[in-house]
Amino acid sequence: MTAILTPFQNLCAIYRGFFRTSLAVQFQYRVAMLIWLLGGIMEPLVYLVVWTTVAQQQGGAVGGFTVQEFAAYYIGAMLVNHAVFTWIMWEYDYRIRSGEFSATLLRPIHPIHRDIAENLAYKVLTLAVMLPAALLLAWIFQPRWAPQPWALALFPLALVLAFFTRFFLDWSLAMAAFWTTRINAINQAYFVVLIFFAGRVAPLDLFPEAVQRLALVLPFRWMLAFPVELILGRLTLAEALGGMVAQLIWIGLGLILARTIYRAGIRRYAAFGA
Amino acid sequence: MHYLRLFLTYLKLGLLAELEYRANFWIQLVQTAMELALALGGLAVVFRHTGDLGGWRPAELLALLGVYFLIGGLIRTMVRPSMQKFMEDIRKGTLDFTLTKPADAQVLVSIQRFELWKITDVGVGIALLAIALGRLSDSVGPLQAAMFGLTLLSGGLIVYSVWLILATFSFWFVKVENILVIFMTMYEAARWPVTIYPPWLRWILTFLIPVAFATTVPAQAVTGRMDPTTLGIAAGMAGILLVVSRAFWLYGLRFYSGASA
Repeated sequence: MTAILTPFQNLCAIYRGFFRTSLAVQFQYRVAMLIWLLGGIMEPLVYLVVWTTVAQQQGGAVGGFTVQEFAAYYIGAMLVNHAVFTWIMWEYDYRIRSGEFSATLLRPIHPIHRDIAENLAYKVLTLAVMLPAALLLAWIFQPRWAPQPWALALFPLALVLAFFTRFFLDWSLAMAAFWTTRINAINQAYFVVLIFFAGRVAPLDLFPEAVQRLALVLPFRWMLAFPVELILGRLTLAEALGGMVAQLIWIGLGLILARTIYRAGIRRYAAFGA
Repeated sequence: MHYLRLFLTYLKLGLLAELEYRANFWIQLVQTAMELALALGGLAVVFRHTGDLGGWRPAELLALLGVYFLIGGLIRTMVRPSMQKFMEDIRKGTLDFTLTKPADAQVLVSIQRFELWKITDVGVGIALLAIALGRLSDSVGPLQAAMFGLTLLSGGLIVYSVWLILATFSFWFVKVENILVIFMTMYEAARWPVTIYPPWLRWILTFLIPVAFATTVPAQAVTGRMDPTTLGIAAGMAGILLVVSRAFWLYGLRFYSGASA
C-alpha cells in the first residue's frame, strides 16, 4: 500500500530529516558551540550592568525602567535574541566560495528549508545552556516581571513572527555572497544598525524621540524589542496587535526580497572549485 | 639589537604581503567606522540619562574607549595573526621551519604575521585618546603620562602573555582556536570600566581573563584615579605572566614532535 503524502506532510517529513541530521552534526562540535554562545550571554549582561549602574545613580529608575525591570528586559532580550539570531551570511559566504553550494543546488528542494531546520536544531540543542544561564542571571539580578495573561498568550506567536522577520532579511543579505567575496563590511554595517534599532544597546524608550519613530518603520524593532516589550507587559493590546501587523508586513517584504535576490544570484553562480 | 632588526625584517615582509591586497584597506575602514559608531552611540545613549557612569565622566570614558581601540587594534594587527599562524603550524607540522631557525622560537612565532589594515583600529584609538586628553588636560601632568605609559605597556604584555598561553595549548589539543574567541568576547566587556561590574564578573575580567589591565587600568592612569597599589599589581602581573607564559611555552614545546621528523 503506497501512502500518498500531501505537499505539507511531505515538507514536514523533509524538515524532520534535516532537523535530525543537523542535530547529529552539531552535537559533534559541542565545545565550539558553547564557546560561540558566550557572546550571546556577555552582550546583554554588559548592557544590563551599564543600565543598572545608570538607574541606581538616578535614584533607582531611568526612562521608565527600574533596576529590576532592566534585569527582566535584558534577560528577556538574551532569550529572544537566542531564538531569532542567525549566522547564515557566514554560512553562505563559505558555501559559495568553496563551491559546496553546487551540491545544495542539486537537491530537489529550495535551500532555505535546510537553513531553517539547521538554525532551529542549533537553537534547541543550545537551549540546554541558555536556560540555565538565564536562570543564573535571574537569581543574581532579581528581575521584576508582571505580564498580562493576554500578553503571555500572544508572545509565542510574536516570537515566531520575529524569527521569520529576521530570518528572511538575513537570508536575503546572505545572498550578497553571490556577487562579492568581501561580505564582512556589509554584514557589520547591517549588524550595527540592527543592534541599535532592535533595542540591544538600550531599550528603545531610552532613545531620543526621532530614533524611536524611525524604529517603527525599520524592521529591526520587530525582530527583538517588540516581543521582549510584549512579554514584559509594557505594551497595550492595540500596540501588540499593531506590532504583529508590522511583523507580517516585513515577513512579506522579506520573502519577496529573498526570492528575487536568490533567483538573480543562482544565475550568477559559477561554482568555483566544482 | 639583533631581535629588533629581526622584528623590522618580519614587519617589512608582512607589510609587503598586505600591500598586495589594497582593497582590504577600505573594507577594514568601514568595519572600524562601524565599531566606532556602535561604541560612541552607546556612550551617547548612556550620557543622555546620566552625567557620569559609576564616577566616570564622558571625556574619561572616551579615554577608556581610546585605550580599548588602541590595544584591540594591536591585538588584531600583530598578536592574533601570529598566534593563529602558530597554531596552524602545529597542526600541519610546519612549525619545524620556525624551530630550525637560529633565533629564539618564541620571538619568531610572536612576530611572524601582520595584518596591516587592522591598523585603522590603532589610528582610531590614538585619535580618541588625543581628543579625550585634550579635554582632560588640567588633570594630566607628566606623572600621569608616565603612569599611563607604564600601565599601557603592562597591559599589552599581559594580553600578549595570555594569548601565548592559550595558543600553547595547541601542543596538546588540535583545535583551540575557539578558545581565542573567548578572549575576544571578554575583551568587548572591557570597553566599559570594570569598576561598574559586580564583584564576581570584575574578578573574572581582572584575574581569569585579565582584560581589565589592558583597558581600565591605563584609563585610570590618565583620569587621575591611579593608586600605587594598582600600578604595582599591573606591573607585577605583567612580569609574572611573562615568566609563566615563557615557562609554559618551553614546556609545551617538549611535546612537539613535528610532522616531517
